[in-house]
This record gives sequence, C-alpha cells and structure tokens, in this order.
Amino acid sequence: MLSDSERKAIEAELPLYERRRSLCIEALKIVQEHRGWVSDEAVADIAEFLEMGADEVDSVATFYNRIHRRETGRHVIYLCDSVSCWVMGCDRARDRLREKLGIGFGETTPDGRFTLLPIACLGACDRAPALMVGDELYGPLDPGKAEEPLENHE
Amino acid sequence: MIRRPLTALIRPGEPPPGLRDYEAADGYAAVRGTLKDLQPGDVIDRVKEAGLRGRGGAGFQTAMKWGFVPQGEDAPRRKYLVCNADEMEPGTFKDRYLMEGNPHQLIEGMILAAFAIGAEVAYIFLRDEYPLAAKRLRAALAEARDGGHLGKDIHGSGFNLDIHLHISAGRYICGEETALLNALEGKRAVPRAKPPFPPVAGLWGKPTIVNNVETLCYVPHILRHGAEWFRGLGKGRDGGTKLYGASGRVRHPGIWELPMGTTMREIIEDHAGGMREGYRLRGVIPGGASTDFLVPEEHMDLPMDFESVQKAGSRLGTGTMIILDDKTCPVGMLRNLQLFFSRESCGWCTPCRDGIPWIEKTLAAIEAGDGREEDIALLHAHTRLLGPGRTFCAFAPGAMEPLQSALRYFEDDFRRHITEHRCPYANGR
Repeated sequence: MLSDSERKAIEAELPLYERRRSLCIEALKIVQEHRGWVSDEAVADIAEFLEMGADEVDSVATFYNRIHRRETGRHVIYLCDSVSCWVMGCDRARDRLREKLGIGFGETTPDGRFTLLPIACLGACDRAPALMVGDELYGPLDPGKAEEPLENHE
Repeated sequence: MIRRPLTALIRPGEPPPGLRDYEAADGYAAVRGTLKDLQPGDVIDRVKEAGLRGRGGAGFQTAMKWGFVPQGEDAPRRKYLVCNADEMEPGTFKDRYLMEGNPHQLIEGMILAAFAIGAEVAYIFLRDEYPLAAKRLRAALAEARDGGHLGKDIHGSGFNLDIHLHISAGRYICGEETALLNALEGKRAVPRAKPPFPPVAGLWGKPTIVNNVETLCYVPHILRHGAEWFRGLGKGRDGGTKLYGASGRVRHPGIWELPMGTTMREIIEDHAGGMREGYRLRGVIPGGASTDFLVPEEHMDLPMDFESVQKAGSRLGTGTMIILDDKTCPVGMLRNLQLFFSRESCGWCTPCRDGIPWIEKTLAAIEAGDGREEDIALLHAHTRLLGPGRTFCAFAPGAMEPLQSALRYFEDDFRRHITEHRCPYANGR
C-alpha cells in the first residue's frame, strides 16, 4: 500500500494531467524518492492506485533510466560517458572509480554507499569530463582523481 | 541596438534576474503589449515575417508550425503548448544556459506562444538531470503567477494560462516530439505514427505545439523589436542570433550568442580560443551527435546557418560543436557515439533496435584491431539501411549522420586499424 505521504504527493499532481494514468511516471518518481528504489511491491502499489495493470506500470518503470528497479546505494554516481566527456577522458575516470570503489557500471559498493551508472550527456560539455551525484554536478574532473567529489557524499 | 537579446541579462555564476530585475529590463512588456493590442493571428504573422526557425535542431519555420493548429469555432477548444527542455543531444548545453540564466525569458516566450495558438495549459518538459534549472524555473513560475503574468484573465485580456513544470525520468528519445508527448502522458516514450502531426492531434489527442527552449526565448524579442530588427541580426538569410557552443580540446569550451551565420573559424578561433597546445583540429560535429562531420580543410569559413551547413552536407542541428582533435581516434569516437545511440534506441522498430548495436560491435572490433576488410562495406550498407525512410522516426537516420561522414573523411583511419590490427592512437588519449 502507498503511504499517506506518497498518496498525498501523487494526488497533488492529479490536477495537472488530463488522465489519472498519466501520473504513472510521477508516481514512480515519488515512490522512488520515498523508498529509495522501485520494488515489485511498489509497482503493484502504484498500479492499484492508478487503476492500471502492474505489468503496464512495470513497462513504464523499466523504460526510464532514472527509475531504479533494483536497490541502489545511498548515492548514485552518474558518470557522463557521451561524446564530449569521452574525448576528455571519461573512460579513465571510470577506470579510476573502479580502482578506488571496486565497482563498475551497474554495481554498488559493499557498504551500500555508492552505485555507479553511466548517463547520457549531462549537458555540461564545457565542463567535461563531468559526473553528477544527487543534485550536484562536478566537472571538469581530473580523470586521475575522479573520486575526489565523492568525499562530499557520505 | 540590441545585438545579443537572448543572453543580455545572463550573468554566468550569478543568480538569474528575478521578476523585478526582469521587468526593469522591459521584461513582460511584450506580454502586456501583445495581450492588450494584438490578436493571436498578429503574433503568428510577426514571427512569420521575422522568419524564426526552430532552434532545437530541425530548423522548421516556427510560425508555420503554429499555423497548423486548427482555429475557429469547429476547432477543439483545448490546445496545449509544450516546451521541449529535454536537452540530451550529446555535445549540447545551450538550453541549460538559457533556463538557468534567465528563466523569465522562457516563461514570457511561452505566454506569447500559448496566446498565439490559443493554448490555456502549457508544460515545460525538463530533463531530470537539470535540478538547478528546475529550481529556478519553479521560482520564476511562482513569481510570474504572483505578478499576474500567469493565471486567469491575464492583464485583463480574458486570456488564461497555466504553465506546469514536468520533470522527466530520462531517455534521449523523449526529445523526439511525439515520444515526448507519450512520456508526458505517463507512457513509454516511443514515437508515434505520423500523420497526424501534433499540431492537429498531440497531447491527449488535442492540438499541441512543441517548441524548443531557445526558440521560445526568442518570441518576446521579436514582438518587442520587430521582424526587421530580427532579420538584421543574422549574417545570411536566416535571421537572429544563435547560441553556438564548442566542446572538446579547445582552449575555452563554452557557449556564445553570435549572429546566425557566424563562420566556423570565428567560433573556434575567436570564441573558443583555438585548439589547446599540442592539438590540431581534425573534424567538427557541428550541432550535436546526430549531425555529419565537417572538416577544417573544407569548412573553416562556412557560415554556420541552416542553409549553408546543409549545403556542406551536414546540419546546423543545435549549433553546439563537438571538436575532434588529431590525437583522438575517430573510430573510437564513432564507437562512443554509436554506443550512445544503441543504448538510447527506444526499441520500437527493428532496424534501429538491432542495427545500431551491430554497428557498435563492428566499430568496437575495428577499434580493437579485430576488424576485417569487409566491415567497411558493412558499415556503409548500414548507413543506407538505417537511413531516412527505413525507420519509424528520425533517431536512426540521425545516428547514421556522423557515421557516414566519418567513413568519408576518415576512411584511412578505418583502414589503418584493419591492416595494422591495432588502434594507431592507442597511446594518444
């Protein structure tokens, strides 16, 4: 079941859209904000609330890369690997993060602190190579010291 | 005379102008004047006279698009305006600059565009990875409502408008306008069959106009200063200024508002400061990942406007250049681009879903020194098989643009990888 605060947050969005099921993505984001990720149970809860099938909700959830259908670490590191960041050395930044954190793309550190994911162009090409943690954008990174910004995220 | 209208109030590194500062600089004057004195058709006429072309990549005539919206008594009463702020084209960072730097300018442009087409509800479709833009837009929307520029009966005109900020959940394909509409409806962002086109049947089946951020930001200036002023700003046939950018190994990567039709040489040498010490310019992707390469031997003095770039075999696209230097492997760069496209394909149609990963694997093999002579013909064949008319939307044809031009300009690089069984640049990067 959705919690009261989840339900309230979703209901607040209702007047902005013509149809109830149009809230599917909003609902997924709200639930992810509350629970950290979107479990099978969360998918079922949203489906019930929006009067949709669970499979329908899941087809949406699995389409969007910012919706996490697996448990993540406390902080998700989004390392931009699009073309400008690639030219400026994001592969070396990725290798450095692997060396320092022991994880590659799609993996989470054993202490549950970080998950590392690639991301499509962050629109920070003048600051390449760049990465994002939470709402914070970092760049230009020194690829050999790519772990430095992570100190701000316990 | 105002020469850089879009960025006049933008101070990078500082907070954007609030409502009072924006109004003090004649902000919302175009809204007051238009709603009081003009009819929606007049707004369309003025934008048409200026010849404003969409700044999102395709360069379609903005007024013509607006003109497709059915009007009159038989037309659907509900219409929508959507601002495409889903900036995710690799190498592109101009809309972020406009939204973070002067959110009221975008809101004013949206009010005018909504008035022109008769929409009473508008959405800003913003990508999730732009939280600062979201924060600033949210604050500016609240200020605009308090200031009476949004809401019911705006400035006593009888015109109503609400603008909602919708934050997306990712995926590059959302930039395709019909995929964007599906995302806004809460569905998978798969492009729709066209026709019908969105101006006739768009969001929830209602007439909908989707315009890019930079395009909408221009509307207040055209209404305030006139079509002649706008046309005078450009150097060639296309009027206005353009946000140009450069990234890669140039001295000063960045964004600059310059006359439409500024040459590639001026942008790279004067504004980006030329190449960094020890690097030579090898190629330029002029307007985001899905545009054809241009090369310094042929194109340095090319005016960067829609028509000239098209004649040179590429597209102006978003106007933000990605620079290839002589120490970066073109095959590796292509592989990176195709990896992006293969990951971001929505998966709806087969040529795109299966073809692009095949291309990416082929390029990876060539890059690793495992390529075969026949791979080059195979890549050429794919540029045709995934070209215009073969796929459901423009995504795959866009992905083929940098590939087909790289095969032309950097063919020797492809061949060297194959004959030497290694990447000649392996230690360069």
